[in-house]
Amino acid sequence: MSKQTILLGTRKGLIAYRGSNDRWAVENLSFEGQPVSIAYSDPRNGTWWACLDHGHWGVKLHRSADRGGNWEEVPAPAYPEGEEVKDGVPAATRYIWAMSHGGKQYLSKLWLGTDPGGLFLSEDGGNSFRLVESLWQHPSRKTGWMGGGRDQPGIHSIVVDPRNEDHVHIGISCAGVFETMDGGRSWEVRNKGLRADFLPDPSSDIGHDPHILVAAPTDPDTLWQQNHCGIFRSTNGGVNWQEVSQSEGPARFGFAIAVADDNPDQAWVAPADSDMVRTAIKGALCICRTDDGGKNWKDLRKGLPQENCFDIVYRHALASSGDTVAFGTTTGNLFFSPDRGESWQTLNNYLPMIYSVQFTD
Amino acid sequence: MCMAIIKFTYALKRFFPGLKDTPAKGKTLTDIIHAAEQNFPGIRSYLLDEQGRLRQHVNIFIDGDLIKDRSDLSDPLSDNSEIYIMQALSGG
Repeated sequence: MSKQTILLGTRKGLIAYRGSNDRWAVENLSFEGQPVSIAYSDPRNGTWWACLDHGHWGVKLHRSADRGGNWEEVPAPAYPEGEEVKDGVPAATRYIWAMSHGGKQYLSKLWLGTDPGGLFLSEDGGNSFRLVESLWQHPSRKTGWMGGGRDQPGIHSIVVDPRNEDHVHIGISCAGVFETMDGGRSWEVRNKGLRADFLPDPSSDIGHDPHILVAAPTDPDTLWQQNHCGIFRSTNGGVNWQEVSQSEGPARFGFAIAVADDNPDQAWVAPADSDMVRTAIKGALCICRTDDGGKNWKDLRKGLPQENCFDIVYRHALASSGDTVAFGTTTGNLFFSPDRGESWQTLNNYLPMIYSVQFTD
Repeated sequence: MCMAIIKFTYALKRFFPGLKDTPAKGKTLTDIIHAAEQNFPGIRSYLLDEQGRLRQHVNIFIDGDLIKDRSDLSDPLSDNSEIYIMQALSGG
């Protein structure tokens, strides 16, 4: 059964679409005019979270217990006094780039990923967040992490293993994939098999650019990432990665990836022209899907613009739920598929730039 | 001890609906921000980051002059200074 709400974080507010009888309509608009870097619904309790990126007033965090009817501001994650990104560069929260609940065993836990590279944890339901010092003090951080997509390093992916909620993978641009088995007390680097063409040593241990990291819900050891340098998959929890990009087709460069919630071998990507161009390939928008773990990819174009199109899809802006898939683009188009991408409907051509898309109840 | 008056940009009223010109005692701008926070809890985090630096797109004027020290807020006040807290024009 597919979920019937699509939650959007956009450059000009949080927007919720509600589906009913195969029609989608806007149910809620909150924070009109304000950039929402992540709109997140916690599936454990239905709380909506809005991560705001005020241009003037800093990063703010709000939550709603009534589907956007009323909002409460809570203290945004803050770096302790004196912390530095690099020597001489004070650390302050510049962007909230990832949000995840901590699992059903830890009902009060919430994780946040930020630019400039700090992971934050709440153990009181989001009333307060503290910097995860073990990762912040990782010996690779000050010397080996760098900006990528943003000027400073950022954590954009947090993947909690539903079988063992102390087991978490995170994705950092640029550093790579890190794994903890003990709830964030210690961390291992998981970048073997990745390729970083932009580094002097492409197989360097640190410095990779996973644009987004996701796990298959039905097999959390199957991890997928759309990386700056291709699409990679791991079937052993990130111990080793294999490239599954098309050598000639469009499924190669991009930002977003989604995995089916009932099949670890089925995934969608939203291809973009190379990192030097960053537009729809040849002016035509397509989503690619694999049904066999990345051995083969199929172009899905029916219902999508095939000329004069410049849209690309940001890393959090492609999602699936059952047979349904949705994505939002940089030029404010929102597309929906009821059949795993075989055909697409346009839900809106006139939205702001879309940063995040999530299916929720 | 100076008695300054703090005047806020209208843009902040969206987040602090009761915002109005506020008298504040203090010798330094840090004292002034502290007074603003006492009157409008939470406003400090809208003006300064967690390391105490003025946010990039916030400007503070003391008697019409833009402050120079955005890190430590050490620009001097005078008696009865007018402190304008404004937003810089930026973005789209």
